[in-house]
Amino acid sequence: MIKNISNLGDAALYCDFGTEVNKEINSKVIRYFKTIQKENIDGINNLTPSYNKLIISFDLRKKNFQTIKKLIENLNVANHGALESNKIKIPVCCDENFSLDIKRLEKKLQITRDKIYEKFFGKEFFCYMTGFIAGMPFLGDLENELQAKRLETPRVKVPKGSVGLTEQFANIYTFESPGGWNIIGNTPQVIFDSTKENNPNLINPGDVVTFEKISKDQYYNNNE
Amino acid sequence: MNKNYFEIKRAGINTTFQDQGRGNLYHIGIPFSGAMDNRNFQISNKLVGNEVNFPTIEFAYQGPLLKYSGENINFAIAGDVKFIIRKKNNIIEGNCYQSFTLENGDELDIISTNKSVYGYLAVSGEFDVNYQWSSCSINTRANIGANNGKKIEDGQKIYISKINKNLSDKRLNYINTKIENIRVIQGTNFDYFSDEGKKIFFEKKFVISKLSDRMGMRLEGPKIENIVDTNIKSEGLLKGVVQVPADGNPIIMLSDHGTIGGYPKIGVVISADYDKLVQLTPGSKIKFKKLELADAETLFKLYDLETQNLISQI
Repeated sequence: MIKNISNLGDAALYCDFGTEVNKEINSKVIRYFKTIQKENIDGINNLTPSYNKLIISFDLRKKNFQTIKKLIENLNVANHGALESNKIKIPVCCDENFSLDIKRLEKKLQITRDKIYEKFFGKEFFCYMTGFIAGMPFLGDLENELQAKRLETPRVKVPKGSVGLTEQFANIYTFESPGGWNIIGNTPQVIFDSTKENNPNLINPGDVVTFEKISKDQYYNNNE
Repeated sequence: MNKNYFEIKRAGINTTFQDQGRGNLYHIGIPFSGAMDNRNFQISNKLVGNEVNFPTIEFAYQGPLLKYSGENINFAIAGDVKFIIRKKNNIIEGNCYQSFTLENGDELDIISTNKSVYGYLAVSGEFDVNYQWSSCSINTRANIGANNGKKIEDGQKIYISKINKNLSDKRLNYINTKIENIRVIQGTNFDYFSDEGKKIFFEKKFVISKLSDRMGMRLEGPKIENIVDTNIKSEGLLKGVVQVPADGNPIIMLSDHGTIGGYPKIGVVISADYDKLVQLTPGSKIKFKKLELADAETLFKLYDLETQNLISQI
């Protein structure tokens, strides 16, 4: 299933599953990721699954590229069957204080905000990966009519909880952070909780997420 | 409860608790973090009789001014650092790679690093810090680690538990050497760059920009031309990865890097050169030198042996 394995520097494997971004390829990446995680291979110290790549880092004191490559090539990974996944509902408030880029999006996409919300809420999104900042989920796919480029000048500070769109993806800012996604609302839901060491992320690769529109009152009640 | 503590009279520019960092969390979005210069971090601990992976205080450029209260304790500083100890009646000039004893009321003033970025303060005892995922390392971006994941601040107190009663003097003869050539292995997007761009990358000098921190090191120099695409589909990053965004100026990922990125990777700094890379100050000039994987592996073995050898001399 892996098309090619090369080295990324002297202490990591770069596993290439293809160039397209779709659920089929990403599910393969996630299957490898979960299998390697379970194998608990001595010397491997990090795994980074993404849309169509898996990076495997190792401790150069214990292992090297060739030994890990062999282990991965000989690994038995099921290539069919359903992925384990959770269904998660995320409440989002689109009050004007939160939907920072809705006007810009109306212009970019040439449709009204009501149409944007109609096409966004209640639809199922697949979590391709999490990262960049702790717990941030990359969710897809948005309909063609909702696909817009990043802001030309990224914000220095995107508020925590912001829900943003870019190209075929939606994401949630788990921390205040610089960023260039088109922000349409904000969630009061805690997406990343570092005190839960076993499972700090609410949303994990392979999960299915739907967004639910809530009012300002519901937003502040959820926070209490 | 704890009668031994430091009062932070001046926090310094970027002062954090660091140990060896935390692994196996990239998939969640959490980088390794940990001491930037792992060799000096380990040496500082050994100089006070600790296990090499104990929590230390890492500082950058200007360090902290700490007032000590409690029973006698040893400390050591590793790096290239100017510091003094103010006692009741006199001032002692400090030397790196040597243990000193602090008495109740003494002040340790870590004035600055000399032509380097990071230094490490270890004490003969254990800083009373909380751990997340088995590491105290502070990641200020995700507020993870000791001190609620925040930099050490003016006025706060740092407690020390379990002081080591054996305060024997320790020292090491060691001088940090500098490097100008940073050795790299070609990155996975090397072919995204024009022949001229590749040539520039390996032949021209780059200047380290002021916009460098624990997350990344930005470089300025001749632009590296991309002929394929200035974006890739976002994928994992590692410390040492050299990305080139659309503006053509390389950025090297460092220990607190974002775990996913979408800029093409032109190269990766070899593991053997990382500790020395992070110590290069803004304004320094560097040159990249191409290396093959097998050579990088050998060089790391040698570097690691050298580190172990230094530690065993203490």
